Order: sequence, then structure tokens, then C-alpha cells
Amino acid sequence: MPHLGRRRWAQIVSAVALNLYVPALFTGSIVQARSKGVCVPVLNCYSCPSAVAACPIGSLQHAFASIRFRISAGELQLGLYALGAVGLVAAFVGRFPCGWFCPFGLFQELVNKIPSRKFRIPRGLNYLKYVLLALTVFVLPALVLDAAGYGDTWFCKWICPAGTLEAGLPLVAANSGVRSQIGLLFVWKVVLLLLFLAWMVVSMRPFCRTICPLGALLGLFNRVSLLRLTVDSVRCTSCEKCDSVCPMELDVRRESNSVECIRCLKCVKSCEAGCIGYEHPLVRRDAPQHR
Amino acid sequence: MRRITGYALVGFFAALIGAGLALDEFRTVLANAITICLSCIGIG
Repeated sequence: MPHLGRRRWAQIVSAVALNLYVPALFTGSIVQARSKGVCVPVLNCYSCPSAVAACPIGSLQHAFASIRFRISAGELQLGLYALGAVGLVAAFVGRFPCGWFCPFGLFQELVNKIPSRKFRIPRGLNYLKYVLLALTVFVLPALVLDAAGYGDTWFCKWICPAGTLEAGLPLVAANSGVRSQIGLLFVWKVVLLLLFLAWMVVSMRPFCRTICPLGALLGLFNRVSLLRLTVDSVRCTSCEKCDSVCPMELDVRRESNSVECIRCLKCVKSCEAGCIGYEHPLVRRDAPQHR
Repeated sequence: MRRITGYALVGFFAALIGAGLALDEFRTVLANAITICLSCIGIG
């Protein structure tokens, strides 16, 4: 059995814990537990039959899609709870959940283990996720409305490959009622998923780096969050091992608190000179020794 | 300074959660999460 590090175990435990009710995968229905009202700061589609918590990006889209209708009905609901849940975690630890707890992040890392030639992702594509966050999560759901005054969940509907993988495909497989309603939109989503799967094989975490609106939102807080990476440039030997292990292809010494860093801490572990550490009010690691 | 900003943000977002809960947004999130939203997963 291969040795699994702490981070991999955390990813596996998180993926299992967030999708605890496995029997639902075979019944074509989704879990009805009260825990599904809890927004967790990782991308785990709540329409996945076995999911036991809520995706904050789905919740935010629903909140903004119904904002006009609710206001006209005298109901003040602005998505504060979902936004607060993401922001609170982001203020504490930045993008740490992406590196340690996101089931779709784990999935991408495992797919990337398939042997193949690997390619870097052009840095310009990193900005796409901010455009998608603004447009498909906030602006379009709130502004493009149907006759009843409801908007659409644009990101989930047109883009999210995690939703197709975790919810669309299992529901189509197990629920004949859902299967009978498949149309061109679903074909588009499956094609998009396949394209992402191919990209995951040849590049590390392409979805996190170019598309994920939750990663974009969490990453905005990396520079001010309570969890920070520290680099002792005096002790640094410029061996560049940290850069070679970084799944986000960052120049770790210059971008240790960049919006792209997912706080996987691989660089901390890889640094033989022990010059990369992290600090947080609850835990601190100044000079890790090479293991 | 950064740490103060971090704590201020923690307080701000905790307050947002509190406000959201006071506005009964937990129930709304739960209602959405326990319903299969077909259009959300590209069906229909």
C-alpha cells in the first residue's frame, strides 16, 4: 500500500465525510438531511445524491437568482449567510480548503497521476476565474430574469464539471425520470467534463487555476488571511525545489501569499534549507527540518 | 497590520453569517440543497 501523507488523508476523509450517504447514489434521489443547510467552503455539488452539505457557490447563485423576486415579495435575503461562510474561512486560512479538503481538487490530483507528457498552464488563464465569479455567480443570476422574476444558476448550469461528475451523471444513471429529460445542454456539460478530464491528465489542477469561482473568492483573501506562508530569503539556497513541487506553478519565494496559492504546504515540506514556514495565530512553523 | 485586517475580516464575516441566519437564509439554503435542481446540473 502506498504511503499517503497527511494532506492526502485529509482530502480523502473530507471527500468521504462530505458524501457520507453512499446508498443514495443507487436510488436516484438526494439526501434530505438538515446538514445540507451548512455551506462548506469546498466544491462539492449538493445535488450529488450522497452529499450531506451545501456548496457555497450553488447557494450564492440561488440567492442572487432570487434576489429580485424576494425583494419584490418583501423578503430580504441577500446571500449573506453563504457569503459569510466562505469569507469567514477565507479570512482564517485563505485558500487552504482548496489544497486540503476540496473533493474536486483531490479528483484532479489523482487524474493528473495518469502517466503522460505534462504541460504548464498559461498564466493569463488564471484571470478567467475572476471573470466567471463576477459574471456567472453574481451579475447574470441577478440581472437576467425570467417572467416570474427568477434568474438562473449560470455557473452550475453552463460550466461546472464538478456538478456534472458528482450530480448529473449519477442521477442520470440511477433516475429514469431525470434520464428522460436529457437534452443538448447535458451533452454540452458532458463534453466540457471530458475536455477537463483530458486537461487534468496533462496539467495540474486546471479547473482550480482557470475556472473555479470558489477558489477565486477564497484566494482574494490569501494576502490578508490569518494563515500566511513565510520565506526566509537569507537562508534560501535558490535550489528551486519549492517551485518544482508547487501544483499551482508559482514562484514560491516571490508569490508565497499569492491569490493562486492553495496552501497545500508542499513547498514547506520540500524545502531542505528549512526556510519556508507558515504562521497562524493558532499554529506556527518557522524552520521545518527536511524529512 | 495584516493580522489586524485578518481579525477584522473574521469579525465582519461572522457578522454576515449572523445577519444571514437572522434573515432565515439557512432555511433557504437548505431548501435549495435538498431539491434536485435539474437546470443546475444541465438537465431540462
